[in-house]
Amino acid sequence: MTLLAPTGSGQAPPAPPAARSGRHRLLPYLLLLPGAAWLLIFFGVPLVQLAAASLYDPGGSLSTGYALTWAFGNYPDVVQAYWPQFLRSFGYAGLALVLALLLGYPLAYAIAQKAGRWKNLLLVCVVAPMFTSFLVRTLAWKTILSDNGALVGLLRDVHLLAPDGRLLATPFAVVLGLTYNFLPFLVLPLYASLERLDYRLLEAATDLYASPVQAFRRVTLPLSMPGLVAGTLLFFIPASGDYINAELLGTPNEYMIGNVIDSAFLVRLDYPQGAALSFLLMAAILAVVFGYLRRAGTEEVL
Amino acid sequence: MRVSRWLADRWVMIVALLVLGYLALPILVVAGLSFNRPSSRLSYDFNEFTLDNWRQPCATSDMCDAVVRSVQIGFIATVVATVLGTLMAFALVRHRFRGRAGINVLIFLPMATPELVMGTSLLALFVSAGVPQGFWTIVIAHVMFCVSFVVVTVKARLAGMDRRLEEAAMDLYASEWQTFRRITLPLVLPGIVAAALLAFSLSFDDFIITNFNAGTTVTFPMYVWGAAQRGIPPQVNVIGTAMFAIALLLVGLSSLRGRRARRANLLAAAPAARPARRPS
Repeated sequence: MTLLAPTGSGQAPPAPPAARSGRHRLLPYLLLLPGAAWLLIFFGVPLVQLAAASLYDPGGSLSTGYALTWAFGNYPDVVQAYWPQFLRSFGYAGLALVLALLLGYPLAYAIAQKAGRWKNLLLVCVVAPMFTSFLVRTLAWKTILSDNGALVGLLRDVHLLAPDGRLLATPFAVVLGLTYNFLPFLVLPLYASLERLDYRLLEAATDLYASPVQAFRRVTLPLSMPGLVAGTLLFFIPASGDYINAELLGTPNEYMIGNVIDSAFLVRLDYPQGAALSFLLMAAILAVVFGYLRRAGTEEVL
Repeated sequence: MRVSRWLADRWVMIVALLVLGYLALPILVVAGLSFNRPSSRLSYDFNEFTLDNWRQPCATSDMCDAVVRSVQIGFIATVVATVLGTLMAFALVRHRFRGRAGINVLIFLPMATPELVMGTSLLALFVSAGVPQGFWTIVIAHVMFCVSFVVVTVKARLAGMDRRLEEAAMDLYASEWQTFRRITLPLVLPGIVAAALLAFSLSFDDFIITNFNAGTTVTFPMYVWGAAQRGIPPQVNVIGTAMFAIALLLVGLSSLRGRRARRANLLAAAPAARPARRPS
């Protein structure tokens, strides 16, 4: 919530005393200058550079140099070549989001409303996975889902999995990894919203003969909307751009768009293609985010 | 009947604990694997208990070099990002100026942009400007994505601060600098420390942006990525476990200090309250 609401707490600071206004008028700009310059030069300018690179002549190469030929044809080319990976990225991220909501909502609700004095401890447990390295944690799933592991053995024994069935190197493993890695980003804003929920409203709903399901749908859910919207965005944006899970837990059949972009820039050294894919990814995510915000009707979150 | 009633009352908590178990499982596995002697370089299964990995964490020296490099980069990036971000937070909370909306967007956008896009766009910039990639391009990239998180964290602390304390200091003839040094800074410091810790952990753990801007420099996450193809030395899990333990220790210490401070406040308030409670 706080992450997505930089303007939220913008109550106007009191006007500076008139006597020193000359100095004070410059001061905020001096304070902002180094940080803003850093962000402009190393965040803003590169985006322009990326856009330019996506329009480079696809015939060039890193050694002979690229010419900016406004080759808009790069975009249809990459869509044609890599639309399955694009669809897969959003499909896996969407599936992981649904799973994360099913797991994360009860967790956030329990911590906010039921945990009492254990609240802080449980919150630490939610953030605890982030205390250790992302890659090392993801590799741990390789051990958990391993063909010789206890989990696969159990599932084979109860015939949920064929005798030669496996979990690792399947879409399931990738979605599970995505869900796991980004779940805290969903739970924390959701918790912040649910924590402010007044329990008496639920009691009032029950007094007025609402069933638990009705009370949830008409009271809890609408009141947790800001946290829900912020949480789903904080989950979905990194999940759809992730390629670590697909690489470590999947096979090339599970590759997402990130894997393609990584290899375009670092292996095949095809900059125009990589840049066009990156730009498309950003456009697609922005489209999803704004479409979703409009539907959710909480535009003030931004 | 009674069992189903009990379940109906507590199912949310039960689900929550199961989910926490799902979140904790990989950490337990990492800790367990740090005591493992793997049967082969490419095996991820638990084979045999050993203390060797903890006794010789630097048996593969590349890995320890990478850890040291990550700490160096994290340290420099944290210092720079914390200074830049704190200045920006002060400007945003304490001053009224033209262009506030634009600055807010500039701070917000890096947090909403996929890392992949930030990494590739910086790469495009460095390549077209002919900047050789390595240690310093990683630092630049890390400062860039940490600044926004510092601003948000420090801003939250500043916005919740009681300005009357500063006004009181000024009324008592403290100069502007004295007020800042003796009142403002100590009150904002917890926010700045929290922001710095956040920045360090973001920097230390970053893979995607680093991967595009590292050249041949190897940080710890990049070492793990490369090793995943060649075979992971079990010492990687030692580092993972140690990181976790240190972070947990920091959280524990800070919550202990917070509790002690609260208790001290209560004790300090008690003598003043006592006469009022005992009218004789």
